[in-house]
Amino acid sequence: MSDRSQLISTGKPFQYDQERDAEFERLIKRYPTRESMILPSLWLIQEQEGWISQEAIAYVADRIGTFASKVYEAVTFYTMYQLHPMGRHHICVCRTLSCWLRGKQEIIDYLKDEIGIIPGQIDEDGRFSLEEVECLGHCGTAPVVQVNGEFHEDMNVDKLKALLATLK
Amino acid sequence: MEVKILSAKFDIKDANKIAVAKPLGAYATLDKLFAMKPEEVIEEVKKSGLRGRGGAGFPAGVKWGFLPKNTGKPIYLTVNSDESEPATFKDRYILVRDPHMLIEGIIICSYAIGCHDTYIYIRGEYTTQVKVLQAAIDEAYAEGYLGDSVAGHDFKLDVTVHRGAGAYICGEETALLESIEGKKGQPRSKPPFPAVAGLYGCPTIINNVQSIASLPFIIEKGADAYKVYGTQKSPGTHLFGISGHVEKPGMYELPLGLPILEVIDKVAGGVWKGRKLKGIIPGGSSTPVLLPDEAKDVTLDYESMAAHKTMFGSGGIVVLDETVDIVQLVKNLIDFYHHESCGQCTPCREGLGWMLKIIKKILRREGSMDDVNLLRELCDNIEMKTVCVLSAACTMPVRSYLDKFRHEFEAYVQNASSVQAKQE
Ligand SMILES: Cc1cc2nc3c(=O)[nH]c(=O)nc-3n(C[C@H](O)[C@H](O)[C@H](O)COP(=O)(O)O)c2cc1C
Ligand code: SF4
Ligand code: FES
Repeated sequence: MSDRSQLISTGKPFQYDQERDAEFERLIKRYPTRESMILPSLWLIQEQEGWISQEAIAYVADRIGTFASKVYEAVTFYTMYQLHPMGRHHICVCRTLSCWLRGKQEIIDYLKDEIGIIPGQIDEDGRFSLEEVECLGHCGTAPVVQVNGEFHEDMNVDKLKALLATLK
Repeated sequence: MEVKILSAKFDIKDANKIAVAKPLGAYATLDKLFAMKPEEVIEEVKKSGLRGRGGAGFPAGVKWGFLPKNTGKPIYLTVNSDESEPATFKDRYILVRDPHMLIEGIIICSYAIGCHDTYIYIRGEYTTQVKVLQAAIDEAYAEGYLGDSVAGHDFKLDVTVHRGAGAYICGEETALLESIEGKKGQPRSKPPFPAVAGLYGCPTIINNVQSIASLPFIIEKGADAYKVYGTQKSPGTHLFGISGHVEKPGMYELPLGLPILEVIDKVAGGVWKGRKLKGIIPGGSSTPVLLPDEAKDVTLDYESMAAHKTMFGSGGIVVLDETVDIVQLVKNLIDFYHHESCGQCTPCREGLGWMLKIIKKILRREGSMDDVNLLRELCDNIEMKTVCVLSAACTMPVRSYLDKFRHEFEAYVQNASSVQAKQE
């Protein structure tokens, strides 16, 4: 999560599955330039694989018809693109203003104790990864936690405990 | 105090679905719209006084009027749904609870400016929101409200959702355009302004979600009906997000112009836990803080905020209770803006990093008065020397905390010298 300079190779060629292939073809017609497909293509990889490998980057560069360096520039700039495998449950805790005012630190401290990792890490059995993120646009129901894209609002330690129990 | 113009359908179950939204009036303005000339639509929006709800408050109709005529190039509309300014959480209600109001607004704006391709730029974190929005767009296509012939009229319009991937800076309009073009989100120097050379070098209008969603009401009921709400210079209603230390945080639609303290007390239930008010951030984290005394005659409109040397911003009000440690808060702010700097200007990239180092030093109680003064000086030296205003979005509020809560910084510093004295 934190080191965005290294690409990881899987040693296997990458390819979209049928569904992503169709979505790629639908989207490319929507833009006047092929390079506009860089961000959408990366999202499709991440949806399919959970993260973005060196081979996947080469694949989209080739398919779009652009330099791999352009794809690399985008993938390293945008922090939501994951450059290595994540935990099965990727937990993002908002650390910004309103969440900070309403107790985000308790949430972080509890998670650190409970799953034994600090933000930026993945636990040993790959069940959880943890990240502190910037304002998630849910400040009226702070503090906010996002797990695999799903929002959990008005969090407190009790709710968090119950939530963790459901994440196998 | 609350009114329901934009939020009229927010509490109705399944109003995001076209089958529910249509009987409630969705797309009802289109016959009227296509009977008007595009210039007449722009004129009506100008008359309504609708101001951009993305933060700067620029009159929407006036902006559309900047588009050059007959360039032979396509004209684009991009809808800004990046919603990343800390304490801002209004646009997502539109995306999820009434997306057809947004699509109808997009049709209105596109027709007025002669655009046939609209891009909605939505922040990557809005995963559930993007699904609801895309489903609504698919429905609109299926029912003929988008596509080759909008609602049976001789007007073609395609709407494409483009997802960001975690970069606050892409809310800045030219960074947003770069991001749609597949590049990293680094703002462009202006001029040229996007109205002249924007997306793919073509004339482009960028408007916030709430600005666009305000259009169906204006076209249906007319500019005068819109101006019934709000003040003369800040007409209409706004989705205010109230967060922080209040009893009832949340999103409330209010006419502009209400007294801020009354809104905090009556709408948001007042400062929580019976505590005292310490300060109010009036319009998102980048707006200068107001002390309780200063807030007494502040009203929620662009003019009153400017008169009190702060900004209306995005309508994200944050209430600070008496327990807040301002020095810690300032560190949280600088951390955010430093993290989100796109890195192309030295004063922003290095300056905010330097400010972060100093505030951390002060917090470790290793700072001196010189550090506090240096922090203040840096604010002046960074601001307005960069390509975009992200750096100012950090220095403007930080300066306000340094000036209005100087004693709190001094306490950390004096404490530091006594710690040092003991050690010696
Ligand atoms: C750093 C920065 C971040 C911004 N973020 C947003 C945002 O998240 N949403 C938004 O609508 N406008 C944002 N803006 C303002 C846009 O640049 C632009 O003014 C706005 O989208 C225009 O729409 P409006 O006239 O309808 O307000 C941001 C500006 C800056 C400088
Ligand atoms: S001010 Fe900061 S965010 Fe804006 S263009 Fe310069 S470096 Fe990028
Ligand atoms: S500050 Fe946490 S969601 Fe906005």
